Formats: sequence, C-alpha cells, structure tokens
Amino acid sequence: MKYNPSLQGRIFYFTKNIILTYTMQGVDLVEEKLRIIDHDARQAMAKAESLEELNEIRLKYLGKKGELTQVLRGMGALSAAERPRIGLVANEVRASIDHELAGRTNMLKELAVGLRLKAEGIDVTMPGVPVFRGGRHPLSIVTEEIQTFFLGLGYSIADGPEIETDYYNFEALNLPKDHPARDMQDTFFISDETLLRTHTSPVQVRTMEKTAPGLPVKIIVPGKVYRRDDDATHSPMFSQVEGLAIDRRITFSDLKGTLNLFLKEMFGPETKTRFRPSYFPFTEPSAEVDISCVMCGGKGCRVCSHTGWLEILGCGMVHPRVLEVSGYNAEQVTGFAFGMGVERITMLKYGIDDLRVLFDNDLRFLQQF
Amino acid sequence: MYISYNWLKDFVELDLPPQELADRLTLAGIAVESVTGLGEGIEKVVTGQIETISPHPNADKLVITQVNTGTEKLQIVTAATNVGKSDIVPVALVGAKLAGGFVIKRAKLRGVESLGMMCSGQELGIDPKTMPADQAHGIMILPPGTPLGRDAKEVLGLNDYILELDLTPNRGDCLSVIGVAREVAALLGRPLRLAEPAFPELEEKIDGQVQVDIEAPDLCPRYIARLIKNVRIGRSPLWMQSRLRSAGMRPISNIVDVTNYVMLEMGQPLHAFDYDLLVDHQLIVRRAGDKEKMVSLDDVTRELNPDMIAITDPSGPVAVAGIMGGLTSEVTEKTTAILLESAYFNPVSIRRASKALGLRSEASIRFEKGIDIGGCLRAINRAAQLICEMGAGEVVSGTVDNYISPYKEKTVLFRPARAAYVLGMEVTKNKAAEILTGLQFKTQDAGENLLVTVPSHRADVSNEEDLIEEVARLYGYHQVPTTLPYGPTTHGTKTKEQLFRTLIADTLAGTGFNEVVTYSFTHPRVFDLMHIPGDSPLRNTINIQNPLSEEHSIMRTMLLPGLLEVLAKNFSRRVQSGAIFEPGKIFIPAGAGVAEERKVLAAAAMGQADGGWNTPPRELDFYFMKGALENLFQVLGTATATFHPESTDPSFHPGRTALIKAGGRRLGIIGELHPQVLEKFELPERVVAFEIDLEALFFVSGQPRVYRPLPKFPGIERDLALVVKKETPAADILEAIRNTGGELLSTVALFDIYRGEQVPEGYQSIAFKLKYQAGDRTLTDAEVSELTAAIAAKLSARFGAELRG
Repeated sequence: MKYNPSLQGRIFYFTKNIILTYTMQGVDLVEEKLRIIDHDARQAMAKAESLEELNEIRLKYLGKKGELTQVLRGMGALSAAERPRIGLVANEVRASIDHELAGRTNMLKELAVGLRLKAEGIDVTMPGVPVFRGGRHPLSIVTEEIQTFFLGLGYSIADGPEIETDYYNFEALNLPKDHPARDMQDTFFISDETLLRTHTSPVQVRTMEKTAPGLPVKIIVPGKVYRRDDDATHSPMFSQVEGLAIDRRITFSDLKGTLNLFLKEMFGPETKTRFRPSYFPFTEPSAEVDISCVMCGGKGCRVCSHTGWLEILGCGMVHPRVLEVSGYNAEQVTGFAFGMGVERITMLKYGIDDLRVLFDNDLRFLQQF
Repeated sequence: MYISYNWLKDFVELDLPPQELADRLTLAGIAVESVTGLGEGIEKVVTGQIETISPHPNADKLVITQVNTGTEKLQIVTAATNVGKSDIVPVALVGAKLAGGFVIKRAKLRGVESLGMMCSGQELGIDPKTMPADQAHGIMILPPGTPLGRDAKEVLGLNDYILELDLTPNRGDCLSVIGVAREVAALLGRPLRLAEPAFPELEEKIDGQVQVDIEAPDLCPRYIARLIKNVRIGRSPLWMQSRLRSAGMRPISNIVDVTNYVMLEMGQPLHAFDYDLLVDHQLIVRRAGDKEKMVSLDDVTRELNPDMIAITDPSGPVAVAGIMGGLTSEVTEKTTAILLESAYFNPVSIRRASKALGLRSEASIRFEKGIDIGGCLRAINRAAQLICEMGAGEVVSGTVDNYISPYKEKTVLFRPARAAYVLGMEVTKNKAAEILTGLQFKTQDAGENLLVTVPSHRADVSNEEDLIEEVARLYGYHQVPTTLPYGPTTHGTKTKEQLFRTLIADTLAGTGFNEVVTYSFTHPRVFDLMHIPGDSPLRNTINIQNPLSEEHSIMRTMLLPGLLEVLAKNFSRRVQSGAIFEPGKIFIPAGAGVAEERKVLAAAAMGQADGGWNTPPRELDFYFMKGALENLFQVLGTATATFHPESTDPSFHPGRTALIKAGGRRLGIIGELHPQVLEKFELPERVVAFEIDLEALFFVSGQPRVYRPLPKFPGIERDLALVVKKETPAADILEAIRNTGGELLSTVALFDIYRGEQVPEGYQSIAFKLKYQAGDRTLTDAEVSELTAAIAAKLSARFGAELRG
C-alpha cells in the first residue's frame, strides 16, 4: 500500500482521530477516513442555517473537488482485492450524507417558506381591484325570469308591433268601437285607425292568424305597452308579458295549474294563489289572480292593504269570438290567455315602493341589480 | 259604487257578517274594495231638543242652552250659530266618543258648566259633502218630530256597513242595491224579496195632459212619463237622507231625493221636470242639432251635437238625455207638478255625449253600461210610491209609455259537456240550473242540455260562454281543479335572434354598461338638441294625436338622445360617471299611420371607471367604447368590423367619430358627442356613445366558430417601433403589417403610442408586438428577422415610417 501524503496531511487536522494516523495503514485508513467524512459532513449539515450554507457544505464534501471525491480518487492506490470493500463503504457513506442532505434541505426549505409566508402577509380586508361591471335593468331581469319559466314549459317567445291597428288592439279582441271596456285602457292615438298598443294581447291574434289551423299555439309575448296615464302608480309606457296556449282540450283547470306553478316559481313555493272572477272582453270565463302577500305572507300589511292578497295578473279562457276571428273553430279548439304587468312583479320581488324609479334610470338605482 | 248592508237586507235575508259577505262577493266576481262601519267608534250620542238659548255672561261667542234628551235636561254651552230654539240635534253626552276618537268630558266654559256637546255631521263621521249646504259646517239639525233620547246612530242610519264595490264594466246591473242583492241571494241560495210598488192614483188620467214623441227611436227605444200633482217640495225623511248619504249622495229635496233613491235602489236613473214649465206639456226625444245650446242645471251653457239625445219641448232642449237636466224646467221650491221620466237611452250615445260634454253623472254612468229596459216601469212606479208615502205629491193615473222596440228575450243553450270541456270540471245540469235560476235566468230542460232565457237586466249575457262563466263564478273558481295541459311536446326555445339580443345585453352588462329603459316617445326639441339639420329625414316622425304633454308627443327616430337625457339627469344629481345602454325600437314613418319599427342598440358613457387603492381610474373615452364594442363583436361572432373616420355627422365630434361597417354593411356610428350638443344636454365635457342597427348587426353576426389546432412549435415574438406621421391611421399600418407578414405572422398587436421628446413634431412613435408562428416547424431567428425587415421596409415605403430604437 502506497502512502498518500496528501491524505495523511488532511487527516492530520482531525485531532480527535490523530492517533489513527499513526496506528492505521492502507485500506483501513481509507475506510476510516471515509467514516470520518461521513461523520463530519453530517454534523456540518445539521448545523447549516441556510440553503446556501448547506450547498457550500455539499460542495465541500460531495462536489467535484470535495473530500469524498478526493478520497475516492485515492482508491487507485489500493489493491484490486481491497477496492470492493472500500467501494461498499464509499457508497454507504455517500447514501448517509445524501440522506442527511435531503433531510436538512427539506427542513431548511420549510423554514425558508415559513419565513417568507410570515413576511408576506397582506391585509386581506382591503378591497379588491374594482371590476367595471354594469347590469341588466330589473325589468329585463324579471322578464327573462318569466321567459325562462315558460320556455321550460315549451312556450316560444312572440313579438309584435308597438304601433298597432285599432283592429288588432281592440276589434279582434272583442272590443268593438264604443265598448265601455275601452275606457279601461285610455289610449294614445296615432291616427283614427292606428294607436300605441295598450296591451300585448294583439300579438295573440297576430300569432293565431299565422298559425291557424295549426295546433298547438304556446307563446309568451313580452313587450312595451302604452296607456294615457301618468301618476305615482301609472307610467304612460310599461311592460307586459302575455301568455297564450291554444289546443284541443285546453281547460280553465289547465290555466289554474299553469299559473299556480308559475307564481310559486316567481314568488317562492309558499305562495298561495286565489282566482277571482273578473271581466276582460277577450276571455271568458275571466279571472284576476291574487297571490298571498309577499311582504306579510297573507297576515295583512300596508302593501296588501291589509287584505293578505296582492292582485298579480289577469287571465281567462280565450273568448270564442277571438278564436273565430283568428281562424280557429271555437267548438273544437280552446285556449287560455294571461297577461301580467312586469313593473308590478318587479316591484314586489325587489321591494320597490315607487314605480317611477324604474323609469328614472338613476345609476345608483340600476347598480343595485 | 257604495252599497249599504242594511239596504241589502230589504231584499235578501242576511245574517253573515259584512266582511264575510264582502269576501263571498269578491270571490264571485263582484269585487269589494273595502267594508266600512259607518258609526264605528261613536258612542253615547242621543237626540235632544234645544229648549232655551241664553247668552253667556262671560263670552260673546258662546251661548248657554238647555237641551232635553227625553230623560234629562242638560245645560250645554256652545259656539254654534246655526241652531235655534226647539231644534232637534244629536247630543254627545258626557263620556261620549265621536269620530276620530274624540271624547266628551264634563267641562266649564268661561265659568259655565257644560254637560255635553251638540254634534255636526262630521263629528258623527258623515262626509260634509253629503250634508245639506246649510249644515255642512254647523250642527246637524234633525227633522221636527224626531223622537228625543234615541241613539243618534240608529236615527241617522249609522249602524250600518258600506261595501265599496269595484265593478267590472260588464256588470252595470250591479250598479244598484237590488242588482247586488240579486247576486247575494244567488250566492246564498236565498230568495230575492221584491214587492211590486203599490200606491194610490188620482182619478184624473194622464191622457191628454202629457205628450211624448220619440223621433230618435234608435237612441231611445223606451220613454215613460208619469205626472205628479199637488207637489209639496220639502226635505225627504231622515231614513231616505241617510241612505242617500250612505251611497255618497247629498240629499237635496224630497222629489230629487226620490229620483236618486230609486236610481240607487234599482239602477234606473229618473229625471223630474217642472211640469208647468214644459211648453205645451210636450216632450220630443230627438238627436240634438249641431251646436244647439242648452243651459244645464248647473247654469252652464252647453253646446250639443247630433250624437247626443236631446229631450226637448217645443221651445228647445230641456235636458241632455241621461246626462243632465236643463235649467228652464228645473224642479224648485215653487214647483207644484212634476213630470217624471224613466227611459232607456242608447249606451254608446250616452258614452259619447258624456265624453264630449266632460260630464259624468251617476245617471250617465248607469246609462252607458246599459240599464234594464224591462225595469223602466217598475222604477217609475217605485218613485210614485215613495212620493205618495212621504206625502210629497199625488200621482195622476196612468203612464205615457212609448216602448218602441220592446225587449226580445234571448235564449241560449247551455251544454254541461261544453262547460266541462272549457272548465276542466264536471258541472251537472241540475247544479247549473240551480245557479242560473238563482240569478233569475229561466231554464228549461233540453235533453242533456239546458235552454236558458236571459233576463232583461243581464244585457251582458248573450252566449254560452257567458253562461259558463256565470255558473263557474257562482260555483266558485276555487272548486276548479288545477291541472297542466297535456298534448304533443313543444319546442320551447328562444330564436337565434332572441338569443342574440340576450347575449348583447348580457355582454354589455358584463363590461360595465347598465341597461336603461327610456320612453319610446319624446319631444320635438330633441332634434335641435342633437344638431339634426332641418331637412333631415330623422325629423319625419310619427306623432301622437293625444299626448299627455309635448314632452311625450312624438315617437323617437333615434335612441341616443334618450340615453343622453339619462346621463344628463344623473350628472345633475352628481352621479358623474357611468356607462349605459338600451336595446330599443325606433319608429320610422312608412305611410299613413304605419311605422317601420327598427330595433336599435345605443350606448353612452361619461366620466371614469372607478380605480381602486392600487389601480388608477380609467377614462370612459372613445377607446373604452370601441373596446367594449369590439369585445361585443367578438362574443357575437361578428364578421370583421372596420371603423372609418367620420367628420360630417352633426351630433358628433368631427375628429373623434367613426362609422362602423362589417360584412359590407353599415352597422352604425361610434364617437364622442359634439361639444355643443353636450352643452345643450347639460352634460360634461366628454361623452362617448354608439348607436347600432340591430338587424344589420344580426345579419353579419353568428359566424361559425372553427377550431384551430394549438401550435405544436414555439413561436417567436418581435417588437417593431416606428415613427410615422400622426395622421397615419393605425388600421392602415396594421393591415400593411398583416399583408406583408403573411401566414407566418400569427398575431400583431399595437401596444404603444408615444409622442414627445425624441419624436419630431407632427409624428408619433407607434409600437407593435409581432408574433410569428409556423404550423409545421420551429422558425429560425434568421427567417423571422428577414420577415420583420421586410415588414419594416414595406411600412417605410408606404408610410415613410422610420424604424425606431
């Protein structure tokens, strides 16, 4: 075995093992050196305070010029018989140091992350970056909701002109000239024969005319309508949604069932409904539908004038005369129609107590939806 | 319409509480708006007679009275001036409660003890409008002979409830106590008690004393006259006054009160003429002449027209039929003979006359709904009976009854099977017959069906559906089951265009815009505000004949002004920033009275989008608007849109406006509003807006989306900064870059504009980020450099652009 002065020189510094230098020779000495490296490296790593320091230690022992590498390089001096033994030890030492390194690295990383997280705290109660967003008008939101419900029942959405003829707005709906019920709807006239539609009902006739004798007809008609009224509870322009279902064997009980379902959807499953006989020239039998008051649940409050009920829509079975003028045989075909004011439903849904804010378009109002 | 609960009891036995009755009626289609207890809260008020009045020793305005309440004599000090010795008045005793919760206490008034108070009508909860004029503001004076010590509430008919009805226009028959009693009787299954009016008649006959000629039988198919002589005009009895008051009417005199009383009870308006003031005692019922004049009872000269029915004597009109009497034949204190009228007038004529004259009376309200032509005679007899009973006159024997076209009975078939088909509920023939009979229809078996005869008071019933409704409403709608229609499945979906419109609104709402709803009508000043030239077709509008005001008198031909008004209103309320949009219709004249209704989208914005504590606010300027629009086009799959500088639109800033085109169509305009327009709207210095034709936009939108595979090879980015003349449109540069870059240039984005130091005056630096990408290989630096150089060369050649930095 050759004496390796450099190896010996190094070992010289480890006073604790100084005696070995003199008591050991050759292969034993190499093995012992490896063990010492293992011990020293692990001890140094365990004391490392940062990843940088740890890396320096790694380089010192395991790097290209590191101590372990140096020792292994010196293995050339060993005999072929001795080498496997030292190889085995070297692997052991390497694994041992790697293990320590990995453990210490993890620990230090965790420590570092912890420190970083501690340093990086922000005030999460501060407001977020404002998103510039707008919104739909509450009347549109409610109209969409109504549409969605009826689309689900297989209705489609129909549309018609807002400047309407007297024929479609009145005559065809069983409201001949001088009919007292025309007083119910004070009308804006464009000419003797044209006017601003006072309801969405003309679209009933227009749609039936186009479809007859085809069946079924199932439409809803959202739209703007106009009446010559302007005060705290009336707007000269407002929004209605009309509904129409025409088929063989459509009954008043179907009307009740459909509207019950609809009103529970709009106002909640607890909503009770009440059908009261009423009068519209274009339906018979006709009804007004009340719902249990959305504010007090029916106990009676200011909103429902202490009756517990809120009038919500008008409806009825399509009058045979309307069916006939639209091209259907009223003996075989029946149907129901209903119409509701979107403003009223919107006001009830959102607790709006002044109709005028709906048309005032104050951004502070609109931004609430 | 007000209906007294007690009055109803004259005709039908009633034991259920008023509120319950009201609910039953409401659920049968006779909507009761409210139930009011008349004397509610009033206690310890009795009738008393003033026996002496003496001056108060310490006060000029007070007097001391001794009042006899039957059981005791009370000293009452009062300031009232309308009472005299032996007047009988309501006396509130010590401890009494009056209307409004007022409580009477023993009191000393200027040293004199007062043991109660004499009451005005108002203190008893009576509307002063229904009090005789001389008592409206003083103590209520009861007729002589009123028994003393009686509960004043009872004497004044205040132990009653008033049902306020909100009747549908088809139910004119319920504009009377008997009409409502008929409904109540049918609802409760009880008999309606109607007695034929009975009264003594004088020996002398009406024949030869009254002549009635109907010259307009289409407008007046029946006219009945009765003659009352020895008339003594005075006050009507207290019970009658009370009932008139309960219906909101003011008692006037015995004769007038009788006509009103019968109208309220039976629904038949009556009129009384002073017989002696009718020239030749002759009445002619005819159409009024054009511009014929008559002075009405209220001393106003009325101008008539041939749509109106005039009741005339040979000298001219003495009444506008069904609306108002004339002054010349008015019943006054001097009247000694009256001619009573009970007639049927054409509802349409009355309705028109009432509108033309601007007069709606209790009579006209009833005539225009159609009264019971079969009931005219009963009504006039009822009036004669009442006049006799109260000793207000004596009835001359017989009537003049010109009944030109007698009521023809209508019969309608009622088929229970049809009722079931319509209602979705079985209704037996017997049940239907029971209900209809209760409403005084006559029914007759016709096999499985019923043959139903409609009574004359139900002019609104003429077909089977009407009968089905009658049966259903009395049966109760709550009895009808709830079912859902069955039948073939239908496809419930929005059309492409409807989805398109929803998508637009949702997208704009998501990018900062609030949807507004503005009126479709506007004012003619809007065109001047918008700088629209005098000859612009936009000024050709559809006009409303009867607008509420000039503010709402024309249909809009532009959407944008409405939005500017919204912003201005917000601005005036110190809401200084915001973006709004509205999808709406504009109305373009297309021939007589016809409009083309075009769907348009407009948006407008002012101010800034709020910044946060770590982000600066963002100006809502032209480029904000354009970005929102480009995003919208992206979402809608619109064909590539181009923006073309526009400097001629008078509403817009000539240097900050563009026409928007896509797919070869003009979509609309976007720009900053003209400063003078903004000034007129009282808007801030800068407002940006766009208006787009939705039909054109729909036409070029909805381009199919085709998947492009993701790049497999890395791309290379290069920045290119150029110095160009300020006027060079960026779109042109971009186009030149794209054309030169060819397929390998995958995207190009303008990311910076710089003017100032290092850039010569009149020039700007404009920087683009170019991204190159090939689908089949990794591009080399050399290739990309070459291409970029080629682009730079092209730009230099075309725009004189100089490469920067």
